[in-house]
Amino acid sequence: MELSKDPKIVIQDFDFYYGNNHAVKKVSFDALGREVTSIIGPSGCGKSTLLRCLNRMNDLIPETKAQGKILIDGQDIYEASVDVVELRKKVGMVFQKPNPFPKTIFDNVAYGLRINGYQEKSEIIRRVEQSLRDSALWEEVKDRLTDNGLSLSGGQQQRLCVARALAIQPEIVLMDEPASALDPIASAKLEELIVRLKEKYTIVIVTHNMQQAARISDKTAFLMQGELVEFGATKDLFTKPTRKITEEYITGRFG
Amino acid sequence: MKEKQIKQFLGYNVLRLCIIFVILILIVILYDILSKGARQISWQFLTSAPKNGMTEGGIFPAIVGTMFITVITAVFSVPLGMGCAIYLNEYAREGKTTRLIRMAIRNLSGVPSIVYGLFGVALFVEGMKMGTGVLAAGLTLGLMTLPWTVTASEEALKTVPKSFREGSLALGATKWQMIRTNVLPYAIPGMLTGTILGLARAAGETAPILFTGAAFFLPFLPKSFSDQFMALPYHLYIMSTQHHAIEKVRPIAYGTALVLIALVFLMNLSAVILRYHLRKLKKD
Amino acid sequence: MIHKFREKLIQIFFFLNGLSVILILGGIFFLLLRYTWPAFKEIQMAEFLFGKFWDPTAYVKPAYGILAMLMSTFMVTVGALTIAVPLGIGTAAYLSDVASPKVREIAKPVVEILAGIPSVVIGFLGIVLVGPVIAKLTGTTNGLNAINGAILLSVMSLPTIISLSEDALTNVPKSFQEASLALGGSQWQTLILVKIPAASSGIVAACMLGMGRAIGETMTVLMATGNAPAMPSKLTDPIMTMTSTIAIELGEVPYYTTHFYGLFAIGLVLFIITFIINMVSDIILHRYERQTRY
Repeated sequence: MELSKDPKIVIQDFDFYYGNNHAVKKVSFDALGREVTSIIGPSGCGKSTLLRCLNRMNDLIPETKAQGKILIDGQDIYEASVDVVELRKKVGMVFQKPNPFPKTIFDNVAYGLRINGYQEKSEIIRRVEQSLRDSALWEEVKDRLTDNGLSLSGGQQQRLCVARALAIQPEIVLMDEPASALDPIASAKLEELIVRLKEKYTIVIVTHNMQQAARISDKTAFLMQGELVEFGATKDLFTKPTRKITEEYITGRFG
Repeated sequence: MKEKQIKQFLGYNVLRLCIIFVILILIVILYDILSKGARQISWQFLTSAPKNGMTEGGIFPAIVGTMFITVITAVFSVPLGMGCAIYLNEYAREGKTTRLIRMAIRNLSGVPSIVYGLFGVALFVEGMKMGTGVLAAGLTLGLMTLPWTVTASEEALKTVPKSFREGSLALGATKWQMIRTNVLPYAIPGMLTGTILGLARAAGETAPILFTGAAFFLPFLPKSFSDQFMALPYHLYIMSTQHHAIEKVRPIAYGTALVLIALVFLMNLSAVILRYHLRKLKKD
Repeated sequence: MIHKFREKLIQIFFFLNGLSVILILGGIFFLLLRYTWPAFKEIQMAEFLFGKFWDPTAYVKPAYGILAMLMSTFMVTVGALTIAVPLGIGTAAYLSDVASPKVREIAKPVVEILAGIPSVVIGFLGIVLVGPVIAKLTGTTNGLNAINGAILLSVMSLPTIISLSEDALTNVPKSFQEASLALGGSQWQTLILVKIPAASSGIVAACMLGMGRAIGETMTVLMATGNAPAMPSKLTDPIMTMTSTIAIELGEVPYYTTHFYGLFAIGLVLFIITFIINMVSDIILHRYERQTRY
């Protein structure tokens, strides 16, 4: 791991505005391949906004503006020539609230495959099973693949959303407070899954739960009011933060 | 304290009277039509043409005519209305054009029906040389229905949660793929329901078809788009004001009114049932 | 990249769908204008707007004044609103403030069904039901006059007024009411002094839309008001509104004559009146939305 020199994601002097609201201010840090990078900070600090810039989901909101660079594999994703659809295939996303579609469990996972042009049935079946195994859900749902995705428990729904994202074989998986709507047990299962997923994927996770960040991530970025306060190896950041405000935040004095 | 309570008591009872009165209006309307119209209804009344200078016989051509133009109305206004709603809800960003479109929709729904009739004459009958007939009348009604279809369809689109759209896009769906696979399937039941309610209103309209194709009396059914037709609402108008023996044909007028109301309610009912069933299907 | 092009095409397709409504509204206005224009080669604008007589088929000197029908429309509309506004607001207030959920459950379909009854049926009932009653009370022959029209139009505009006013009343923030109740106001006082004033813009807009419906309504007035094209002087006079004039005469008039164009001119006047009503109620509503947002 120490050898992976090429950063997967490079964020350089990145600014983001909602109208006049300067939500992300001159943020720069790198996320390395096959690592979990977590972004922490008090609510409203711009951490979700930053995450949603990595697959350009913020394009959906009118009157937003991005400045600076976000490079993925050396390619600036905010360049005009970039195909957002291709970008999102490469950069999967799991949302804060589990959002399975009101389709069967199978169709939920197959959805991404179908819209990406997979037609052969056996191939779809194989990939659906693989994704469900990868997201540690297979054993629980293999006998009820035709049940509605909404019939699963909250934790299962979130893992289904992970499976859905994995099915189209992204290289990066973004997670926006994925455990915030889950109970502690489901949350623990999801964390386990995330740690395992980094063998294959680059993961960027936004969380307000500092213990969670400490447990699962390799690197941590601490944001406040849109500015990057501190970035470094998770171990270091939590044990010997360089800035006072980081220490105050991680010890729970505010936020 | 006492005075306050008396005031409240009196006030609420005045309000209560208001609502009782409104309910009474509906009861009187329905009771009168039902009690006097039901006597007229028979198989023969529903399936035969008027006879003897329209003093006897049935209203079959009027029923068919109304259904026929309603279908044309639907074919014209449903796709266009849904398309417009999809634009407004999925593509449009706030701006001058969008505001203008919304303003146009609100104003179209306020344009008097007789003005739609005039427009139908100017555009379809004369301008496009369609002449008076099913097509011109259906299109005129279609224009009138359009703002309702748009509004109903947009309401339905709004009920689809944002997370369906985001989830789909995050998986690399294009916008249209997202709409087609993850928005429309969940919005269509609502769209259809709202649309049918609008069509039911169109089926009961008279003014827009007065000069665009409705006929006083035709013993046969329309065979082509340029044929004139009999329609239930127009027939009721004729039978209650224009007939030479108005008193004599009152029962027929009542029967026609009942059939017209029944048709409108049946359409409303089918919309509600459709919504219920499609919702159930979706859940399974 | 091919999909980008396809997506663009699809977006343009839907944009055109959206644009169609502007085109239709503009088209209506434009065609009305075009068909109105030739009328004013023969009719003086002043005569048209202020002339008391509408007699286009007169052999010697046809008259094209719409004042009488404007008055008639005005009369039935005001009459209708006199009945429908208090009744509608009262009903809406009852539904939002007093009614149990069960009563609301019943009242909602009642309003919907009332809204769904075709105008021609209401007109028919004006002839067979309302007319005879009015005839008996006033000693006229058939009771087809302005009062009859006003009563029917009030029924037609009631559903609009009720449902929109109720929306406005239920949208009044709870905090307003709680503040009033906490100060010792009774629920009735809260309704009259706080809720209704707070919802007034919405209620006014509702009444204006109801008025728009009444002005533009054709079949009911056509069937139940007697259709006498003279200046009305009292409520028991038979009248002929703008809408009925078009409905009656367009069927008989030779096309492309001044009379024909004159009917389009009446249509244009109707269009403009309802357009203005819509815009004004829109402005009122927007102001109201801004007010209640905070």
